[in-house]
Parts: sequence; C-alpha cells; structure tokens
Amino acid sequence: MSHILSLIKKELRELLTPATILPIVIVALLFASLGGLTGGAVEDAVTAKPNIAIVNMDDGNFSQIYYDVIDELNATVVYNGSEQADIDHALAAMKSQGAMATLVIGPDYSSTIESGGRANITIYWNMVGTGMFSSMSTMPVEMLVGTVAANTTEVLISSGMPEENPQNITSPVQYESTTFLGEKELVGVGPAEVSAFLQGQSFMMPLLIMIVIVMLGGIIISSMGQEKENKTLETLLTLPVSRTTIVSGKLIGSALVGLLFAGVYMLGMNYYMEGLMSMAQDMELAELKLGIAETAIVGLMVALAILCALGLCMILGAFAKNYKAAQSLTIPISFLAVIPFFVVMFTDFVNLPLMAQAILFIIPFTHPMMAMNNMLMGNYELVYYGIVYLVAFTLATVAITVRLYKSDILLTGLGTTISGGPLGRFLRKR
Amino acid sequence: MDALVVRDFHKSYGKYVGVDGISFNVKHGEIFGLIGPNGAGKTTTLRVLSTLLTVTSGDLVIYGKSVVKEPNEVRRIISYLPEDAGAYKNLTGRQYLDFIASFFANGEDRRNMVSRGIEMTGLDERIDSKVDTYSKGMMRRLLISRAIMTKPKFAIMDEVTSGLDVVNASEIRQIIKDMAKSGVTILLSSHNMFEVEHLCDRVALINQGKIVAEGAPSDLKRRYNTTNLEDVFTKVVKG
Repeated sequence: MSHILSLIKKELRELLTPATILPIVIVALLFASLGGLTGGAVEDAVTAKPNIAIVNMDDGNFSQIYYDVIDELNATVVYNGSEQADIDHALAAMKSQGAMATLVIGPDYSSTIESGGRANITIYWNMVGTGMFSSMSTMPVEMLVGTVAANTTEVLISSGMPEENPQNITSPVQYESTTFLGEKELVGVGPAEVSAFLQGQSFMMPLLIMIVIVMLGGIIISSMGQEKENKTLETLLTLPVSRTTIVSGKLIGSALVGLLFAGVYMLGMNYYMEGLMSMAQDMELAELKLGIAETAIVGLMVALAILCALGLCMILGAFAKNYKAAQSLTIPISFLAVIPFFVVMFTDFVNLPLMAQAILFIIPFTHPMMAMNNMLMGNYELVYYGIVYLVAFTLATVAITVRLYKSDILLTGLGTTISGGPLGRFLRKR
Repeated sequence: MDALVVRDFHKSYGKYVGVDGISFNVKHGEIFGLIGPNGAGKTTTLRVLSTLLTVTSGDLVIYGKSVVKEPNEVRRIISYLPEDAGAYKNLTGRQYLDFIASFFANGEDRRNMVSRGIEMTGLDERIDSKVDTYSKGMMRRLLISRAIMTKPKFAIMDEVTSGLDVVNASEIRQIIKDMAKSGVTILLSSHNMFEVEHLCDRVALINQGKIVAEGAPSDLKRRYNTTNLEDVFTKVVKG
C-alpha cells in the first residue's frame, strides 16, 4: 500500500504544478466572468423599457391602443409623427438617439381590423450590435407589439364584433420587418434572422484566428525551447550574422507557416461561407457578405495578428530554458486568443464598458476577430485604429525580441540575471 | 603572438559571481585547456568568449578583436562548440553543413566548404540521413566538422568528448590535434584530465571563478609533485 501511495504522491507532485493549475483557475474565472457578462446582457434585454419612434397615419381607434400600451409599459418615444413624410425623420431620430425600432402604422390600420381583416404595421429595427445577444435588444419592442395585439383581441371579443375568420381576432396585427445594420438596410428581414446569419458568418473568423494563434504559439515557443535544449541557438548566435537578422529570419519564417495554416483554414471556411450564402441567395442577407476590399482588410489584420503572436511568442520563448518550460509559456498566448474570441462571440466591443473595451483593445488578437462585424456596422474608424495598433505592437515586439537576443537572459533565464538589479539590466545593450 | 588575451575578466549574475577577475593568454596555434570543478566558471568564460554572454568588467581580445567592443568581428574568426550541442533534427547532415556554410561563403566557395565538412565527418552515405537518426558519436563528428570547415582562427570547445565511447573520443581528439597543426588556436574545457593532459599545450585551473594554477601539464605535475594532472587538480581544488 505504501508503494502505491508513494507513486500517487509522486504523480501528484509531477502533475499539480503552477503551470497546470493556473490555466484551470484562469479558465474557471474566465467562464465565471463570461457568465456574469452574458447574464447581464440577457437581463438588460429582458428588463429594458421599449425605446421607439412611431409614425401613426391612422385616425381610427385601434391605433390608439399603441399609445395606451406605450404608457402602460412606460416606454420612451423618441419621435412621434403622423404623416408619410415623417418616416424619414422617425428613422433619423431612431438612429441618432439609439432607439430600438420605428413603428409605422398605415392609414387603413383601424378600418382593416374593423372590417374583420388583419392589419399590417411596418417595423424598422435598429441593430446596434452583431453579437449573439444583439438581437435580444428587440425583445422589449416585440413585447410592446404583442401586448397591442392581445389588447386588440380583447377589444374585438368584448365588442362582440361579427367575425368570419377567428384567426383575425386572435391575431389581429401582423408586422413586416426592415432592419438597419450600420448603413445597411435589410428589407423584409428581422433582427433575429440577421443575428443568426451573422453568427454563422462572423463566428468562423474569430474561431480561425484563435485556432491559428494557439497552434502557432505552441509550435514557435516549443521550437525555441527545443533550440535551447539542443543548443542549436547557441551555435546560431555565434555565427557572423546580426541579432536583428536572426530575429527577422525567425519571425518571417514562422509568419509564413502561420499564413499557410490560416490559408488552409480559410479555404475550408470559404466552402462553409459558400454553403451559408447559397441559403441566403435570394435574401437581403446576401448583402452582408464582405466585399473584396473588406476581405483584404480582414486578411491584412489576420497577417498582422499572426506577426503580433509570433513577436509575443519569441519574447516568451526567450525565457524558456528548455522544451518542457516552453510548454507552460504557451498558456498566456492561448488566453490572449481565447478571451476576445468569447467576448466577440457573445457581445460587441462598442456595447462594452470602457474598461472592458480598453482591455480588449490592448489584446492584439481582438482586432481581426471583430473587424468583420465592425465593417458591417460601419465602424471603420475602429478597424483602422486596430491596424495601426497591430503594426505598432508588431514593431514593439520585434524591438524587444532583438534586445533580448542581445542580452544574457536568452541563455541564463530570468532568475539569475535580474536578481542583482533592475529588470533593465538584462536588456543592457551589448 | 597572442591569439587570446584575457584581462581582469569579471562576470556576475546578479549577486552571484561566476568569474572573479581572471587573466590569461593563449598563443597562436596552441591547444589551451580550462579545467576546474562544476560551477567554477569554465563554461561562462567560453560563452563570453563566444559573444553569447556579456562581460561585467574587464576585456577579452581574440586576435586583436575585443569581445566587448567588436562582437560581430569576433564572430567572423571564432567557432564555438557547446557541450551536448545538437543540430536541427529535420535536416540531413549535408543540409546542416550547407546551412552553416551559407553564413560564411557563397557559390563555389560555399560548395567547397560543405564538401570539406562532409569529408571531415567521415559519415559517407549517412551524411544524407536526417540528423535525428545519428548516434551521439556521429552527431559529435558532424558538429566538429561544422566547427572546422569554416576555417576559424580560434575554436572554442566545451566538453568536446563528453559522453562518447573510447573509440569515438580518441578519433575526436585526433581531429582536434590536426586542427591545431593546421594553425587553428583551440581553447577547450574538459573534466577528462587524461584528455587535457594529452591534448593541451597549456592549461589553466579555475576554481570558484579564479585561476588558481596555470602552465604546461608537465610543469604543473612537477610543481605539485604528482604523476598525473588529475592529482594536480585534486590537490589544487581541495587545497
């Protein structure tokens, strides 16, 4: 028995190291914070008061039910018009004031219901995000319209109106949707459909970036650990070639591998997108497909993100004494790729608190992950800032790596070199 | 003519002193041995000479080029072979030699350099096998050939025969002797006193970062009244 206990103890000591425990704790914390974030988003969507613009061209009694329900739900009305010409003003007010939707009630609304028909209204939806929870922001307006329909049914039944079609009493109102997504107007499409389509499309890009970065990070850091273990790095550093050339060679070579990985994945993704687009062929949703320029921008950002990842890997790899130590150094890179992936999947950068935005902006991998949706939303400024940041980040990591390659730390590790002085000592220029 | 001049060289890692003010000279064409117990500062000295580590104070000059001020120039004339070094496992022996040669020569010169390297390895057709499949002896021969084929003026070798069998170690020692005959100055470190005694023209015994004895093996044996260098080493280290 004591033998097996000794073996178990040995295994536990080998397996339960900070390098294995830390990722589990961080993942647990990550999911807990995501739970809070998503739970908050759902709660906000459900408890929010409707915030709408309304254009009522009907003089009858049934359209007045809208105003009763608006009062009942304590909804905010950012614009109230009564003419056909008011629709443009209402839409402008909706966009400028961030209202959820514009309800347009036609002139024959009440008379249609009175004559036993089913009345139509048009709803222009204002989608302010592309995340998984973005379509939830429409829930308060859908509740308002549903309440109007229920109240209308009550009026019809209590007034004992003759009705040939009972369905028109139980569902006296139906609506047609038009959704605004940034500058795009999608006629006949509701936010839920747009959201579902975007999830299918924009989920893949962050997933691809995350997979490439996690995989590449592991390969590069491990290869640096292996170079140290095999002492091929020592040989390399004594060759008559500058440190900048060595770092650039490693970076470019690794970037080509990264781009090859990304290219192979993108090829697969392209087939997936074609399948998705064929479903949306006759729909307005096809408008959401990125153009050549936008695709090129996303490609550029993916390439820059790969360079950023490699720069980070080379900095971290410099601290790896051997192959085993290198394995645990891949963890920070993986987290930096996973965090923006989850956040971008569930919600939108623009809808996050400032602190969360700042943290996400600092993580270079966030930028290509959200580029596609930002361009769909017309947030080009954020995309361009992202490109500038990625370029600056890459150059900074290359400069730091070159500095590390000129210092002792590459061979001696962190502990021995900085114990006697400030961190800057290890970066002392040769 | 001095191939290497080391003057008051100190190297510290934070508070830990690795090398504590050593000075010595190595003459052109000499095989000079640095010997000492583990952690004495041998590998640190070799790494600083190879421009891998920085100097805390003092200077080391190889053929007139300062390691502190002209590391790029020093790299052109040295060749460093670390202890237990390996090669890129996915390359063949030929590809590895060609990779190294590409930093020293172009065109015909590069091809000649690789041919010279291949001949020195004695690996015959195995030169086109992946390095991953080489035995320790084959690997060491490949790496020594790599170090010599570039015709360095100054070769630095750390525990060059460590872990090799008797036959392989003997062959490697002969290669080193031939190198020195061809005019290459060699600085090596070793724990194998037999090897040092029979290979080195002069040795420096380093202990706790300081040189505690220096001279030709025969002089040291005479000075410490012993029959072999191992006893000299023990006497000096244990006091």
